[in-house]
Amino acid sequence: MIIAEQKPLKEIIKNLEGHRKILVAGCRSCVAICLAGGEKEVGIIAESLRLYSDMHDHLWEVDEITVERQCEKEWVKEIKKIVEGKDAILSMACGVGAQVMQEIYPDIRVVPGLNTSNMGAPEEQGIWREKCAGCGDCVLHLTGGICPIARCSKSLLNGPCGGSQNGRCEVNPETTPCAWDQIYHSLKRLGKLELMEQIIPPKNWITSHSGGPRRIVKQEAILTAEEKAAKGGLE
Amino acid sequence: MSVRMRIVGFCCNYCGYASADLAGLNHMEYSPDVMIIRLPCSGRVDVLHILRAFREGADAVFVAGCLEGNCNYEYGNIEAKKRVEYTKRILSEIGIGGERVEMFNVASNMAWKFKEIVDEMVSRVEKIGPSPLKKVTA
Amino acid sequence: MKAGSNLEKVLEAGHFAVTVEIGPPKSANPESVRHHARMLKGYADAFNLTDNQTAIVRLSSLASAVICLQEGVEPVMQMTCRDRNRIALQSDLLGASALGIKNVLCLTGDHQTFGNEKGAKNVYDIDSIQELLIFKKMRDEKKICGGEELEEAPKVFLGAAENPFADPFEFRVTRLAKKVNAGADFIQTQAIYDMERFEKWMEGVRERGLDKKVHILAGVIPLKSVGAARYMKNKVSGMIVPDSIIDRMRKAKDPKAEGVKICIEQIEYLKTVKGVHGVHIMAIAWEEIVPEIVKQAGLYPRPSV
Repeated sequence: MIIAEQKPLKEIIKNLEGHRKILVAGCRSCVAICLAGGEKEVGIIAESLRLYSDMHDHLWEVDEITVERQCEKEWVKEIKKIVEGKDAILSMACGVGAQVMQEIYPDIRVVPGLNTSNMGAPEEQGIWREKCAGCGDCVLHLTGGICPIARCSKSLLNGPCGGSQNGRCEVNPETTPCAWDQIYHSLKRLGKLELMEQIIPPKNWITSHSGGPRRIVKQEAILTAEEKAAKGGLE
Repeated sequence: MSVRMRIVGFCCNYCGYASADLAGLNHMEYSPDVMIIRLPCSGRVDVLHILRAFREGADAVFVAGCLEGNCNYEYGNIEAKKRVEYTKRILSEIGIGGERVEMFNVASNMAWKFKEIVDEMVSRVEKIGPSPLKKVTA
Repeated sequence: MKAGSNLEKVLEAGHFAVTVEIGPPKSANPESVRHHARMLKGYADAFNLTDNQTAIVRLSSLASAVICLQEGVEPVMQMTCRDRNRIALQSDLLGASALGIKNVLCLTGDHQTFGNEKGAKNVYDIDSIQELLIFKKMRDEKKICGGEELEEAPKVFLGAAENPFADPFEFRVTRLAKKVNAGADFIQTQAIYDMERFEKWMEGVRERGLDKKVHILAGVIPLKSVGAARYMKNKVSGMIVPDSIIDRMRKAKDPKAEGVKICIEQIEYLKTVKGVHGVHIMAIAWEEIVPEIVKQAGLYPRPSV
């Protein structure tokens, strides 16, 4: 899932200065799971803003709402009534959700409440770790199910660098394991150590962001003109 | 100009509240400005409750839970402690002051400790003054 | 001959080679490189010019290598993958070759968070093994990575680094094998203080016959003080400094002299290790000590080939 964390309150406040009718909009998906922008966090942020407003006589009107998925326009469109009349939306979704919010409500300023960090998974409650860099060309079958692009500080493809020590990465030894040390042990367990001998050639990064912003098309899912016309009334 | 201060105490039913009760039975004197909110466990307290207390005009808030290791629900008091820490950060960032909220641990027979808690919060407010919010809401 | 560099000739002739590291300055002034080149001329077969070592912004290795050429000493230009993608690396290799540089050391590069531009975006388009692969292809097949033909191939003797002390230890020989297969002609190792572990690594290297396929130059760093020894033990990852060496440095009346003595003992020992074809002396910010070490280790004068 997408991992994000809240921006410092001071920064949020600074970015909202000058606005008065504010909607704090959360998302019940990834950012709720990583405790950054779900209903609970929205409540706390909204109340904090009200407190700040009371203190500084800002007369802010702070409303709150949390949608199912801010990255899907259908859900975002549903909150039209509450958005109307607002002059700023503090989006507590990931960067994707915040952008969709802005697309759907182009005349209202959307201010990000979170810093979106990475694609990862919970390690334990309260700790999340990056797992995937979205390079568009998965190599997990070669690396024992551990991604060196996302989890090696240098995105190496041919084994650990000289900074691998006691299974830790030299960049953040206290918190970060050496991905290649993990790969080595995983391949050993899987009886696939011979994969470590293979030279992985230079990667074609065209499928990554290096190839420009990406667009995925699933042909059979696209609606035909007729289907769109038939569905038109439903939207 | 004796504006009364307002201190809100979120008290766990088993310890915080019981110690306040005992303090009353023992005729111990503590500030009448404290408003006690009885909770089934200090773990019930939420960041939002504390923030709301300040918006409603509190000068200080405390949470009184059981002694660590003695929570009736195993670690409700530990959860409460973490939330109080989080609230402190928010209050500091807003400029209200993190020192206006505190977590305490007390046992049901420690009436004297409950009095100490109230005294401590009263003296904090005396030192740092009333909530800056009162300028607006009063 | 792949490049016909002095280093290549010395190694191919079977001599025990000496390379020495020169650290470019944090300056636009070429004088320190020039000074070190003049001072060290004749004491090594080639001189490594580091490429923004530990991610500290310095005079570029390409420019430093050219300054060395101007002074008549042979450079080994270090090239890391941290700051340049395959376009820039290949372009710089062509440039280096055009300017007369005949030795290149392929490195992944220290992570930028260790340097003085911690906020930099790193590149790591390719890793050091892929860099070797690409450079070898350019030299031997006259083709760039993408396959396009070159009018003229760069003539370079290709080096790589290896750290026998990093983990997982069992993989370290395999990693060397990968570098050899990718195209390394010579290897310069991380500084070696733990001779026992190095011996163990070399055993594995010989078992796979790698010492026959690549020239291994063992790295040494003369210690200036006990502080430097401790720093290397504790702060430099992938470095093992045994307590016995720290003890010797601590007890020494003249730590600098003791450091030189230890270094010479190490070189004497390394000369006896089967499969080691030379030493790589990294006298970090202490280049002036190199002539003394080379002389006392019986490696002076250098053979002319």
